[in-house]
Amino acid sequence: MSTESTTISETDSSLVKSAAHRICDTTGLSIFTKAEFFVKVNAVLAVIFLLIGAVAAISLALTRWSNIMLLNDIWYYRMLTLHGVNMLVFWIIFFEMAILYFASTTLLNTKMFSKKLAHVSLALMAAGAILTNYIILDGRADVMLTSYPPLEAHPIFYLGIILFAVGALVVCFNFFATLYIAKKNKTYEGSMPLVTFGAATAAIIAVVALVHGAIALVPTFFWSMGWMEMMDPGVYRLFWWGLGHHSQQINVAAMVAVWYFVATMSTGAKPLNETVCRGAFILYILFINLAAAHHLLVDPGFSAEWKIWNTSYAMYLAVLASMIHGYTVPASMEVAMRRKGYTKGIFGWFAKLPWKDPGFSAVALSVIIFGFIGGITGVTLGTEQINIMAHNTLKIPGHFHATVVGGTTLAFMGLCYYLVPLIFQKDFYMKTLARIQPWLFGGGIVVMSLGMSFAGTYGVPRRTYDSDFSGANLETGFDPIAHFFLGVLGVGGVIAFIGLLLFIVLIVAAVFFGPSLKGKKMPTWQNDREQKMTDDLISRGYEEEGKDYEHVKTPGTIVLVLIFLLSFAIYYFANWAALTDLWHIS
Amino acid sequence: MSIFHPKGNWYRTPTGAERLWVGLALAWCLVMSVTMPWWHFQGKQNAPSETYQVEPADFIQRVNQFIETNQVGEMNNIPIVEPAPGGDAYLLGQMWEWYPVLKLKKDQTYRIHISSADLQHGFSLIPLNMNLHVLPGYDYVMTITPTTAGEFSIICNEFCGIGHHRMTGKIIVE
Repeated sequence: MSTESTTISETDSSLVKSAAHRICDTTGLSIFTKAEFFVKVNAVLAVIFLLIGAVAAISLALTRWSNIMLLNDIWYYRMLTLHGVNMLVFWIIFFEMAILYFASTTLLNTKMFSKKLAHVSLALMAAGAILTNYIILDGRADVMLTSYPPLEAHPIFYLGIILFAVGALVVCFNFFATLYIAKKNKTYEGSMPLVTFGAATAAIIAVVALVHGAIALVPTFFWSMGWMEMMDPGVYRLFWWGLGHHSQQINVAAMVAVWYFVATMSTGAKPLNETVCRGAFILYILFINLAAAHHLLVDPGFSAEWKIWNTSYAMYLAVLASMIHGYTVPASMEVAMRRKGYTKGIFGWFAKLPWKDPGFSAVALSVIIFGFIGGITGVTLGTEQINIMAHNTLKIPGHFHATVVGGTTLAFMGLCYYLVPLIFQKDFYMKTLARIQPWLFGGGIVVMSLGMSFAGTYGVPRRTYDSDFSGANLETGFDPIAHFFLGVLGVGGVIAFIGLLLFIVLIVAAVFFGPSLKGKKMPTWQNDREQKMTDDLISRGYEEEGKDYEHVKTPGTIVLVLIFLLSFAIYYFANWAALTDLWHIS
Repeated sequence: MSIFHPKGNWYRTPTGAERLWVGLALAWCLVMSVTMPWWHFQGKQNAPSETYQVEPADFIQRVNQFIETNQVGEMNNIPIVEPAPGGDAYLLGQMWEWYPVLKLKKDQTYRIHISSADLQHGFSLIPLNMNLHVLPGYDYVMTITPTTAGEFSIICNEFCGIGHHRMTGKIIVE
């Protein structure tokens, strides 16, 4: 990499003065200290909001667990709003901003476009997040994440979200401008790395999401100030989901980029075929737009043709993209492992994967939970007719906790096990606990998601404080089995919460009090021989890889994805079968 | 490596197992794409799409008129209303009840108009687990044929304020 730094000084001497950078002792990549600061600050803020969201989360799990019912009704709805906003918006997006700074400057070996803009965006995002949290806790915005009008929050709630979104938009602009100056200054040869390509995909979708968010929330803010008529609630839902669903797709693109990054760092994997991987990212950009229609499948005001058309062609082509990544990520690991000599049988390579590396195990669990639970349920519940049995039931959070938490959050946790030694240059304490942490958190989320999903099949609604409807004029209630599954939800929630606290303790201990790694290589989680083989594969990069790479067979991965396809088909058709028990409706 | 820059022309059509998987995944997506329109014409459970714009005050008036002409009883101070088979019925979601109680006949078809007097509500029929979204200003018409008899509860599954978890209603099918 040092040769590339020389190339910069030859092409643009002004760069050298501003580009105060250090060479990473582990990867040899150039890290630009100004950009590094923003990677650190955004990651730290992300973890702070994760903690706020987590405290809300455990209080909710212990309330839905119907034998405990920790909170009263007012605080349940308040904590539900707080949880949704902090987890889905502040934790994830702050962390994604850290990824954008890293993927543009470090991986492209370039300085950042503008430090001023980076400060402006940070101030906007932090101010927005603090205002929104303040007004929710103050009890003046019990409106859930979606804030569907005519339900009205205090204007500061909308203003906080808008400020945060504008800040995020500025980061995206800074990111694209950094890509541009890197290209112009020729800081790298060839095409941008796949991880940066994935981050760029996330940033493009983020811009589309934020435009929809502005259309939904700016008029709503004006309405709350009394300056404007209320937006039509159906139209609000259309645009709000243009924000809401796209935001999830930012997470998916960023998560997949992290999958590729950690796959490389932990096993030395290389994408089998750049065309396929990049093509799949492009499918996200092109087709996820209208797929947001699947949130409106049982809404009045839209025709069946509109719903079916948008969810069939658009959503399924985006699903195709995820199914492709779901193959290419494990397949690239299988090839890397086979090249290291782990060729025994179909799954010999699988057993020898670096399971002791929490970064790796978090990402491996993320792939499995996102695919098997999140993906399969999401596509099925997003089917026009099947949605009649799913809309606003606990099946929906059962699905998205598997995608957003078991998928994205777990992948981001995995990335932190690399971020701390590489960017913060600190080592971890309590490494045995670190090895357990992804399993504890991932396992808890799986149990909780299944509890939610099964309770949802009995019709238990989301966003409802009391599943017994105590005090209702017309009495009702659920099958006792539904309450058993609400207990499962609670137990899973407790396990996941312990896993999350453990993560925060490990990260805080390492970042603030950990032994310094300055001038040292990142300590390995594998044994020295295994690490040397991984380093060897990484250091060869693209140079020595011939065309033979694609001819290494991936029998293990093919078996795994066929099991996945079979599970998918079974769940999908089982739901159609359950649909036939409903009354006839059209 | 996914963190380094591929040089030169990296375009390649997929081969071997990768090609097989892309093909299989695409084929499965096409199966799912075709299933929805197929069910729309062949299946008996489809999300309704018949919708009219309506002022909440007008809708409340229609509900009251419907109750006046068809009331057959009362349950906990809520009128029980029996529409004529094949006819129109009205159901109003408001903080925090579903109004009135509907009495239907098994295997008869009804056009049930649903709307909201105030906030967004979620129509959820249990234990059947049939769910629709209800918006103020929209008259959503579901053409429905109850195929099972019994007493069914309607709950609200969209947050509509602190009393949300006490918002219930009934449909009785004979």
